[in-house]
Parts: sequence; C-alpha cells; structure tokens
Amino acid sequence: MNTSEPAVVCRDVVKTYGKGEMAVRALKGVNLEARFGELLMIVGPSGCGKTTLLSVICGTLRVDSGTIELFGQTISSMPERELTAFRARNVGFIFQQFNLVPTLTARENVSIPRLLTGASYAAAQQDAGTMLAQVGLAGREESFPSQMSGGQQQRVAISRAMIHQPRLVICDEPTASLDAAAGRRAMDLLRESARHQDRCVIVVTHDSRIFDYADRIVEMDDGLVNVSQTAPDYLRDHPYSHSQPKNHA
Amino acid sequence: MFRIALLMLFRDRAKYAMLVSGLTFCTLLMSQQAGVFCGIMMWTTATLRNISSPVWVVDAKVQQVNEVISLRDIDVQRVRSLPGVAWAVPLFWSIVQARLPDGSFQAIQLTGLDSSSFTGRPAVMLEGRVEDLRLPNSVIVDQVALEKLQRKGIDARIGTTFEINDEEARIVGICHTERSFLGQPYVYTTYERALQYMPAQRKMLAYVLAEPKPNISPQEVVRQVNALPGLRGFDHDSFFRETMIWYIKNTGIPVSFGTVVLMGIIVGIAIAGQTFYLFVHGNLRYLAALKAMGAGTPKLVGMVMLQAFSTGFVGYGLGVGLAALFGNAVLGNGTPPFYMPWQVPVFVGVVIALICCFSAAIGVAKVARLEAAVVFK
Repeated sequence: MNTSEPAVVCRDVVKTYGKGEMAVRALKGVNLEARFGELLMIVGPSGCGKTTLLSVICGTLRVDSGTIELFGQTISSMPERELTAFRARNVGFIFQQFNLVPTLTARENVSIPRLLTGASYAAAQQDAGTMLAQVGLAGREESFPSQMSGGQQQRVAISRAMIHQPRLVICDEPTASLDAAAGRRAMDLLRESARHQDRCVIVVTHDSRIFDYADRIVEMDDGLVNVSQTAPDYLRDHPYSHSQPKNHA
Repeated sequence: MFRIALLMLFRDRAKYAMLVSGLTFCTLLMSQQAGVFCGIMMWTTATLRNISSPVWVVDAKVQQVNEVISLRDIDVQRVRSLPGVAWAVPLFWSIVQARLPDGSFQAIQLTGLDSSSFTGRPAVMLEGRVEDLRLPNSVIVDQVALEKLQRKGIDARIGTTFEINDEEARIVGICHTERSFLGQPYVYTTYERALQYMPAQRKMLAYVLAEPKPNISPQEVVRQVNALPGLRGFDHDSFFRETMIWYIKNTGIPVSFGTVVLMGIIVGIAIAGQTFYLFVHGNLRYLAALKAMGAGTPKLVGMVMLQAFSTGFVGYGLGVGLAALFGNAVLGNGTPPFYMPWQVPVFVGVVIALICCFSAAIGVAKVARLEAAVVFK
C-alpha cells in the first residue's frame, strides 16, 4: 500500500448538463486527489454535484473541460473503447440499489466483472464462489437477489465490485438502502478492502453515520469542493454533521 | 457474457414464454397456411400427376390442365405425324354424374385410357389389375371414390356396379390417386368405353399424350406441336407450372392465403417486437450497470442480438414442428391439402429472422443510446 501516490487526480473539472438557458453547471472547476490505500468520502447536500463527480471520475460521463487522471493515465481524453476496457480492468462499482441482475444467481452476478476481463465462465464462477465466501455468503451462491436481504445483496454487490481486484472502487450511497447494522457491515468490508489492498475507495454518501469510516472527507457544495479534511479533523470541525461514532476497528 | 445474456433471457420466464409463443404462433401460422396453399396448388395439378406423360397436346386456347376444350379425333394422327413423336395416344377426360347403387348421384372424373397401351394408367393399384379394363363395362375407381361411397353407406369393392348415363360400370380395380382440386374421384376406363358412356358430341377428345423419339427432347416435340394450327403442346413440367400460375393469377387463393401469412408476420412483429422491447426496457438498468462495469456497446449489442435470435430460433423450431405435426395428421385424412416443400421453411425462417432483426433493432437502439452514468441516478 502506498498512501502517498495519487490514484485519482481531478483538475479544474467542469461538467454542464443541457444547453442555453436550460444549462445546469454541475461541476464548476473541481480539483481533487484520492490516494492509494485511502477511503475517500464525498459528502454534501443533494444536487451539489457528488454523483456527477463520481461519474466523471470513473469515466461513465465525459467532462466538458479539465482532466481526470486515474493511476497516471488521463481518462478524460481516452477513446471510448479504450476507456471501457480500462474501466473493466481497473474500476469496481457499488451502486445504491445494488443493481444486481434479478435473473442471475449471486454467483453469476459476482462473476460478471471477471467475464468482462476475459476469464472463462468456469474460472469466473469459481472466483465468484471464493469472493462470496469471503464476505460471509458461503452457501448462498445459488440464491437469487430476490431471495436475499438488503444487507446480503449489498455484500454480493461488494463481491462483484472486488472480484477482479480493481484499483479503484466507486461506491454510490452504499448504505442508503440498508439498516444501520447492515450498513456498518458493508462499510467494514469496504474499509478492509481499502486498507489491505493496493486500491482507492471513493464513497459518495449522505449517511453521516458512516463518516468515521473515511480516511478523508471531501465536502461539496454547488459544484465545488468546499472542504477536504482527514476524517477526524472533519468530524471535529463539523460536530453536528454526523451521529455518534461507530465502534469499529 | 453471452451465456449470461442467455441466462437473463431464459430466466425471465414470463417474457421468454411470451416471446417464444408469439414467434411459434407466427411460424405455425405462416408454415401451416403456406403448406395448405402449396397443397391446394398441388391439387390443381393432380391430373398431371395421376396421368403420366412427357408431352401433353391440347387445344390452342387451353391454358391449364383442368380446362378442357375438345379436340378432333384426327388430331391424334396429326401429332403422330410429327417427326419428333415416337407414339401418340388419345385420352378422354370429363366430369360426369354417376348414379350410385342407392340411387344418389356423384360427380366423377371419367378418364378414358388408350386400350392398347393404357398410357396414363394409375401408378398405384391397391386392388385388381389395369388390364382388367378390357373386361366388359369395367372401370377402376380410386380411394376417393371408396371414401365417398362409404360415407353414403355403400360398401364398394371389386364387383360393385353403378351407372354412368344409364350404362353399367363395374368396378374391377381400386387405385390410389392424388386428390384433385375439384374433389371428384377419378374413374378410369378405356377410351372407347368412355365415349360410350358419354352422350355423343362432335368432338370428344380431351388430350393427346405423346412420347418423343429417342434423343428428342419433350421441348422439341412441344415446339413441333405448337407449329400445328389449333394445337398447343406442353411438356410435363411446363404444364404443371402453367397450371399453377393460372390458379395464382385467376383465383383469389393466393390473396386469401397471402393475407393470413401477412397477418402471421404482423402478429409476429407485434408480439415479438413489443415483448422484446419490454424485455430490453426492463433490463435497461442492468445493461447500464454492465456498461459502467466495462461491457462495451458492441458486447451489449451482441448480447441483445443473441437474445433475440435465440428466441427466434426456438420459436421457429417449435412453429415448424407444430406445422409438420399438423401436416402429418391431415395427410392421413387427405384433407385439408398440405404440402411443405423446402422453400416454405426457408421462407418462414427468413421472415422470422427479419422479425428477430426488427426486435433486436429496437433493443439495440435503446442499448446504443444507453448512458452508463444513468446507473448513478
């Protein structure tokens, strides 16, 4: 783990939706760095540009101006095909609604990123089984999402995000659909993933109960980064923005 | 990923069943109706298939085999005199009323064969011998005649008699024939006896059947016949073709069946297109997630195409299978007509492939426009 190297660098990133009078400037020149081994949380009120920033960082949305670098490569100018392949190799996703395919079993859902990176079906299924065991879902490999609780589904989603050992994990409101206990379990897994592997985890969240899992917290407002502090400093300076700290390692 | 695509399709059972049943119904409708249409077209040429001859000579105005304009007896000699003709014989053919033992009447296709050669004889004899036509008042009837008589409670067999124009006709043989478009049974006798059965007319010869000399093609004989005033020649294949074309041009049969086939296509497009649109639409969020995770547009398009075509393949297979089962069931009865040449499944396959292309195009259009970023919304 090398916490000094930037995994993600955003420079003067601008993104506007719509045109003319209807244009909405979601990002107004964002500068941001996230390092390897870091769990970075992006927080802020609704409509401040958190999700847009997440989208441009992972390359699912193009910037209007500015640059995005992931692991030293500028993805903002990368051709679409190359960017798609880059994303398949290097980025893992955890979505708010999990986005598990309902007609696929947990094992099959988890295997998708491995299949996208060229693994054989059998190898991908085997790796998926191993990943599910690591998140405590051994024995539930053949269950469909509808047969699992929200917490279990999120653990499947975490397994899916991690199976191909991505260097960047993007999490969009990972605890929004979970109760407090399931949310803590999910964050424990993410925290562990960020600490023990050579990767960077970026979490967009509204959930102040999980702020203390972050290494660093970036607060956005109106398309700009207002605050970027270590989690302890942020929690000290913004005592009313979070609930009681959780008891976690 | 293609396996994943198929799993996504097969496990969405309601939509998959809807898709497959829609395409199956569409295939069945097209195959079955096209099969019946081809069967009817085959019925129109039954006389050609029941009476085998390489060259047919008819009146110059005749356009198809079921249309008879009588020739003069001398026309047989005119055909025999052609340099390319090895031999030529007369054939009588007419629809007449037969009076059955119970007093009822039945229309029959009376066919008079040349008594020396029996040219045009039935190909399959179920009972008796063709040569027995030389016996007095003898006729050979086909299986259709037996069926019709049985329906009237008459147990017809060799030895049973009935009347044609008050003349006795005694069954000496039973043959198998191809059913005709008109539906009346074929009754074979000799040419001379057929003339006795019929009221005398100035011209009674229906066809002249001719055989080309060795190394002379039927087409050459036809050319020679056509050079004779008042006569027209057909080789077997051209008579077959011209007959079917005549029915296609002059009857409402193709329009009637074409409409049903068109309805099949419309139903297929409507059901398959709509259901596949719903299927893709329902999976759009997951497809967007796959796109975000690194599945490129070509891969997603390939997945959607595979889903569309695999459904089409299954629906097509079931539909053609059901049409074949229908055909197998009705062939035993003889009605309705059914004939499925290889062109029918190929045509239906092409139509189903086009429907799949249309359905896939709807899905592909949605997938191609899909923004991966929507997964965060």
